[in-house]
Amino acid sequence: MIASLSINERQVGLMLTIGVAILGLIMLGAAKEGPMAVHGAMALALGIVLAFSLVGSLFDPDAPGGRAARYYDEPTRFGLMLTLIWGVVAMSVGVWVAALLYWPEATPLWPATSFGRLRPVHTTGVIFGFGGNALIATSLHVLQRTSRARLADSVSPWFVLIGYNLFCAWAVTGYLMGSTQSKEYAEAEWYADIWLVVVWVAYLVLYLRTLARRNEPHIYVANWYYLAFILVVAMLHIVNNIALPVSFAGARSFPVWSGVQDAMVQWWYGHNAVAFFLTAGFLGMLYYFLPVRAERPIWSYRLSIVSFWGIVFFYVWVGSHHLHYTALPYWVQTLGMTFSVMLLVPSWASAGNAIATLNGAWHKVRDDATLRFMFVAAVFYGLSTFEGSFLAIRPVNSLSHYTDWTVGHVHSGTLGWVAMIIFGAIYTLVPQLSGRTTMAWPKAIEWHFWLSIAGTLIYVVSMWNAGITQGLMWRTYDANGGLAYSFLESVMAMAPYYLLRTIGGALFLTGTVLCALNVRATMLATPVGAGASDRPLLTQPAE
Amino acid sequence: MLRLHYNLERISMGLVAGIIVAASIGGLVEIAPLFTIDETVEVPADLRPHTPLELAGREIYIREGCYACHSQMIRSLADEIDRYGHYSLASESAYDHPMLWGSKRTGPDLARVGEKYSDVWHAAHLVNPRAVVPASIMPAYPWLAATPLDISTLSAQLATLARLGVPYSPERIANAAADALAQARPDGAGGAGFVARYGDRVAVRPFGGDPARLTEMDAVIAYLQSLGRLTTAPYVPQ
Repeated sequence: MIASLSINERQVGLMLTIGVAILGLIMLGAAKEGPMAVHGAMALALGIVLAFSLVGSLFDPDAPGGRAARYYDEPTRFGLMLTLIWGVVAMSVGVWVAALLYWPEATPLWPATSFGRLRPVHTTGVIFGFGGNALIATSLHVLQRTSRARLADSVSPWFVLIGYNLFCAWAVTGYLMGSTQSKEYAEAEWYADIWLVVVWVAYLVLYLRTLARRNEPHIYVANWYYLAFILVVAMLHIVNNIALPVSFAGARSFPVWSGVQDAMVQWWYGHNAVAFFLTAGFLGMLYYFLPVRAERPIWSYRLSIVSFWGIVFFYVWVGSHHLHYTALPYWVQTLGMTFSVMLLVPSWASAGNAIATLNGAWHKVRDDATLRFMFVAAVFYGLSTFEGSFLAIRPVNSLSHYTDWTVGHVHSGTLGWVAMIIFGAIYTLVPQLSGRTTMAWPKAIEWHFWLSIAGTLIYVVSMWNAGITQGLMWRTYDANGGLAYSFLESVMAMAPYYLLRTIGGALFLTGTVLCALNVRATMLATPVGAGASDRPLLTQPAE
Repeated sequence: MLRLHYNLERISMGLVAGIIVAASIGGLVEIAPLFTIDETVEVPADLRPHTPLELAGREIYIREGCYACHSQMIRSLADEIDRYGHYSLASESAYDHPMLWGSKRTGPDLARVGEKYSDVWHAAHLVNPRAVVPASIMPAYPWLAATPLDISTLSAQLATLARLGVPYSPERIANAAADALAQARPDGAGGAGFVARYGDRVAVRPFGGDPARLTEMDAVIAYLQSLGRLTTAPYVPQ
């Protein structure tokens, strides 16, 4: 990774890593509470390790010449490795916390291994660690190919990736030490949130600078989605995380919003994290890798415009459907419900556009597990957006809310759609990045595909059953007009579903481990026939 | 329209502006009025903020991720009102930074759990839930009773919340640590001052069972026993 940087860039990188080390030292010195001191030490260690490896290679040979005539894929390769490491770790934690709901006594009696602290490790790990790294890594690849230009510079992609992973590592280690803001999917503490803003701005600047260098007059659809992902996530993150620290020497802070306003801001954020992190970004991935793998152009350009602006405009309204029948004003709930139903139009336009793109390539879907991953992702995207609109309807929500149906819905989206499109993109990209035409173990992709499908279906169907059973038990009255079931009886009824869910999750995790091993073997394997045509378009000849 | 878009997608800053505008409208329409419409939250005259001990318990509740399995928001549905009590009012969480309405009920709603169970029950339940509810799947929290409560930052916490609009007077802020001790020590010296500052509806007793030691268990139980009891508004006929 350092060999691909010029001497000058290594010097810039050295300054940055020293900066990170100094930041860590300041945090370590100033901290009066545990988590912040540990986080300072983590930044310090990271800065020192990176600085030493950069100093050690300052006088190594300069980067090979003619770089401008090649794409810069090392950051993408590094990002995909991080994606899989986070995927395996965070999904393992997910399976473990799922098992704890069936075997509560299995928890060791240490605070750090308690269910309540591990659960956000799972959610942050899969959403930001697994999903976020996949988005950053693929976006850098797609951006260069669709712009026919090399990344604007070689240092900032590393800053973005390493800085982003420092954020993720701060977040999850913070939860284990008991440091959390409690806002779902925004649990990281105030200084980690500020750090993420810095990283995110660097990401946006890199994106826009590279777009400005493009040799294609038009910006391809995938980039619209990646841009929406970067911009709107920044907006959501900043507004939802505005907090007043109790002391600048500690991790604890209080959000400025309270009560009903806090609930609305939180779910405006929470649902749009789904919209712009887990949907828009991954639609960008879909709009590039599915046509590439199927070797077919996107079915309808017009439909992609309609669905893009529909998603960007409608999604932001729907967060209040998380607060039906609560103390939130009724008109806000109604608006959220209405827009949730309307959202089905652009969502299905995207899913339909993706599936129609496969017309003429169905034999490839049958034979190629990689393309099948992407096809199934589009199908699950369509199914879970339908389910989402359905669950947002007030009377349906009265049954489903607070139950495991919501959990099933989220996982049909995250396992069926997000993870499947990531795997499709990985199996398309990794051979190319390794200078090969296939993965090292092509048959393992087929195994991975069926493990993922089986795991997702078992998980989702058991959670549907669990949720509907719970919801019905809570609202059933007996002949005397009393509630028919105690809450505890509804907990006891969940046991078989919680066991099945653990099994489904374990199958899915097995597939992910297989994918990680396959990617490792491919990256270590000998390159066979590199793609000579995969080059940026140069306006002037390279030196 | 298509022509317009054909041109728009050649200008990256045009797309950036378009995305920001399109994605801002929904949030502005739904969120901004919540800060201006007076009816959103009618704060009852008798609404009190959490005492320092309860606040410390709330922070432990957050630290241990209790909100992931327990909601604190009773919806206006017949079965929820029958099961948990009066539906939650917006005003009841008006001083909650952050709100803990929750999104999932792996365990029951806790919005009105205050004083429904005894302190002894809570202490036994938190140390080992299956000791009192054999079929429970709740994790055990034995370290709460063993960990002394850190009261050193309570004043700073109250001061921070006061800056955000929670009614903690300078006197309440200055006495935060002493008040945390006083609430768990009915025979202690600070009792009278505590009651003067927080009113006589606030429970004063050794929540964790041992008045000699102030532990995290005292704080969590004090917090749980306060839930749904910060105002009488839901229980008084209008």
